[in-house]
Amino acid sequence: MAISVDSPEASRNLMQQAGYTFSFLSDQKTEVIRRYDLVHAGAGENGGDIARPAEFLVDRTGTVRWINLTENYFVRARPEDVLNKVNLLQ
Amino acid sequence: MNGRRFNWPLWVGVLLTVFAAFSYPFIFIWYPVTRDFPWVNLLLFAVAIVFLFLGVRRGFARDRAHPTRSKILTSLVGGFSVLIIALFLFSYFVFARWLPPSKGAPQVGQKVPEFTLPDSNGRQVSLNELLTTPIEGKAPKGVLLIFYRGYW
Repeated sequence: MAISVDSPEASRNLMQQAGYTFSFLSDQKTEVIRRYDLVHAGAGENGGDIARPAEFLVDRTGTVRWINLTENYFVRARPEDVLNKVNLLQ
Repeated sequence: MNGRRFNWPLWVGVLLTVFAAFSYPFIFIWYPVTRDFPWVNLLLFAVAIVFLFLGVRRGFARDRAHPTRSKILTSLVGGFSVLIIALFLFSYFVFARWLPPSKGAPQVGQKVPEFTLPDSNGRQVSLNELLTTPIEGKAPKGVLLIFYRGYW
């Protein structure tokens, strides 16, 4: 589940171009991004607010099991590491 | 004398510097092993600096055919290279770390806030729905929420 300030149209284009099959959610007003305290103020195009990169693994009870908040936006969680965490979920 | 006219180490140095900087966003960012820490680019910069050092020394040598012209050109090319290197280091090591502290973000063991957002087809999707709707007849194990910067 990917979440950003991109519009549904932009997400659709991205999914088609990149061949992603998981869902992309649009939070254009940064309401949810704000609720999760992930707003990177003024970092978007034209000085808009965007989400900082962040990953949360949530179990079926809605409880966080793993977080990745990078300190450098060039450094992201690696897919194999995330899959290992996902496999730990009951 | 003839061999000293063309200051090739200087030009190799500046070309290598430009390549070292621009190969990160265009090539090495695509591979986690060269993206998470830009060691290939730093190595290229190190080699470039050696050439630049040799080039600057040659450009400022006394036996140049046009000493003043050579010094001005060497200073400009050398200065440009230093600027490129400084910009790269700033971008990766300083600018990319200017992220909000996110102290209020959900922590391990805490419940995440509920939300409802439209997906790429405009359908409203709630977290609760994602956590409870069966996938291929089985209850989902959970959800991975990936917040990203957007504008891809």
